[in-house]
Amino acid sequence: MKFKSKSAFVPYILWIALFVIAPIGLILYYSMLDLNGEFTLVNYRNFFSSAYLTMTLTSFWYALIITFFTLIISYPTAYLLTKTKHKHLWLMLIIIPSWINLLLKTYAFIGIFGLYGPVNAIVEMFGFDPTQILFTDFSFVFVAVYIFIPFMIIPIFNALDKMNPSLIYAARDLGASPLTTFRRVIFPLTIEGVKSGIQVTFIPALSLFMITRLIAGNKVITLGTAIEQQFLVAQNWGMGSTIAVFLILIMFAIMRFTRTKKKGGRA
Amino acid sequence: MKSLVQIMLAIIIACGILSFVASKLEAASTAGGKDTLIVYNWGEYIDPALIKQFEKETGISVIYETYDSNEAMLTKIRQGGTSYDVVVPSEYTIETMIKEDLLIEIDHSKLPNLQNIDPYFLDLPFDSKNKYSIPYFWGTVGVVYNPKEVPKHITFDSWDDLWDPALKNKVFLVDGAREVIGMGLNSLGYSLNSRDENELREALEKLKQLNGNVKAIIGDEITPLMINNEATVAVTFSGQAADMMYENEELDYAVPQEGSNLWFDNMVIPKTSKNVEGAHQFINFMLDAEVAAQNTDYVGYAIPNKAAWDLLDEEVINDERFYPREESRRNLEVYENLGLELLGKYNEYFLEFKMSLE
Repeated sequence: MKFKSKSAFVPYILWIALFVIAPIGLILYYSMLDLNGEFTLVNYRNFFSSAYLTMTLTSFWYALIITFFTLIISYPTAYLLTKTKHKHLWLMLIIIPSWINLLLKTYAFIGIFGLYGPVNAIVEMFGFDPTQILFTDFSFVFVAVYIFIPFMIIPIFNALDKMNPSLIYAARDLGASPLTTFRRVIFPLTIEGVKSGIQVTFIPALSLFMITRLIAGNKVITLGTAIEQQFLVAQNWGMGSTIAVFLILIMFAIMRFTRTKKKGGRA
Repeated sequence: MKSLVQIMLAIIIACGILSFVASKLEAASTAGGKDTLIVYNWGEYIDPALIKQFEKETGISVIYETYDSNEAMLTKIRQGGTSYDVVVPSEYTIETMIKEDLLIEIDHSKLPNLQNIDPYFLDLPFDSKNKYSIPYFWGTVGVVYNPKEVPKHITFDSWDDLWDPALKNKVFLVDGAREVIGMGLNSLGYSLNSRDENELREALEKLKQLNGNVKAIIGDEITPLMINNEATVAVTFSGQAADMMYENEELDYAVPQEGSNLWFDNMVIPKTSKNVEGAHQFINFMLDAEVAAQNTDYVGYAIPNKAAWDLLDEEVINDERFYPREESRRNLEVYENLGLELLGKYNEYFLEFKMSLE
């Protein structure tokens, strides 16, 4: 890409400096302040010596589960969508709910999963005792997966849609079974879509916080919950920032792990 | 490409309109002045009809805004850029605000109705002589429960009843570090303002044994769950309990004998106020016996206004669950401002408790 003049860069540089570099710099700066505003590394020591490490691991574990289920639901859905007649209309219908405010959707689930909600009404119809589905691991993962599905479907759908169908016919003509076709042709060609889907699911899943209270009743603690508590209740901005620094580090690790490989390498 | 440009344009125009509307709305909280009064209060904490009445009587137009935690309110006032005239923080936050020099001294000569307040609620340690704050409502932390759904021997006379195996998966806790850790400390007979590391550790260990009984730790969402009989036992604030009991007559409320938290919400005038005169008028208005009684009917918390007690239903005033007598108040403690370091410790233990739950 070539710009006509260097001044065209200015807005981008300004944007990046103001909205990317400055906030990260501020977080780094705050993470090195203690409660009295003095320069120290005590927050980092606390992070490694206390419950925060376990919390990081559980956050990671839940994010992994959420991403896994989102993927195994989204991939076939995206695949079937590309086979339908009005695929863009169907895609639209799946995307529209993601425009509704996250909190509203979460509150709706409190009603749906409640003791007298529709789910338990069905359970009762089959002669089982109604149970409180809310405030369990299951309800937490379920709601999180529901929220992330559209974000996973879009990139996979685009990747599948762009794929040249003649490649599949070619694989079939050469005697590949449907499974082999999928494994050797379809999946490798859509891997980039899957990777960006994982990025937009895994990273936000690490820092989910309202759902942990409303749906999981604070029995699931994520890094997001800890950050919120440090800033709003404990008013320890230093510790909150330190946790945020680790969240950013994990984010970079994920980005690297799922980065797009340069084309034209090993074919 | 063309359609992309059009979409971008549409977004920019929409953003422009929204930010214009937002700035109009923002102006509300920053403008202020002689003829307007900006009141910043907890949600659902005043009878809206009273605001109308005040506007009619004084000609001052009231802008009413709400918050849901002392900390959020404090942050907003600290940052500046606001001009709230009357705010209603809890006692430990008032202590902080006085220390940080955020409040204006209140001129008692402008508050003839102050004599309506029961002396018990005046001149308390967090603000001696009420230089900066005037009582609004008060209450306790206790247990709201459904007696039909729990065994007869459980009456919550003692906090230990929460640990009863019969309450497996039935207990809801309020999402507050001081309330929950304080409850642990109280159940062991310690002060809920404990600064002793060993006592805190012990309380945490005891709380961890509550594991199987805790269903969830949530905030205001407890109210609808209790009303719809979806929850049986909840540790919460007295006023919230009163709300629930108003909607669901099966419920009962108890403050355990070992002690619990006694809290006060008082009216204060922040330094940023642009209508100090109007703020005094408003505070005096809220202290009026009839106004206070009407407000109590609406809000459901306990009112410190003794002149209003005569106007309220005797049943309400004599309900010891919400208006504990002086001798039972002796076991109740007011939160002290523990300082950020110790508050951080309480929070860390609370987080550790949450993480131990399954």
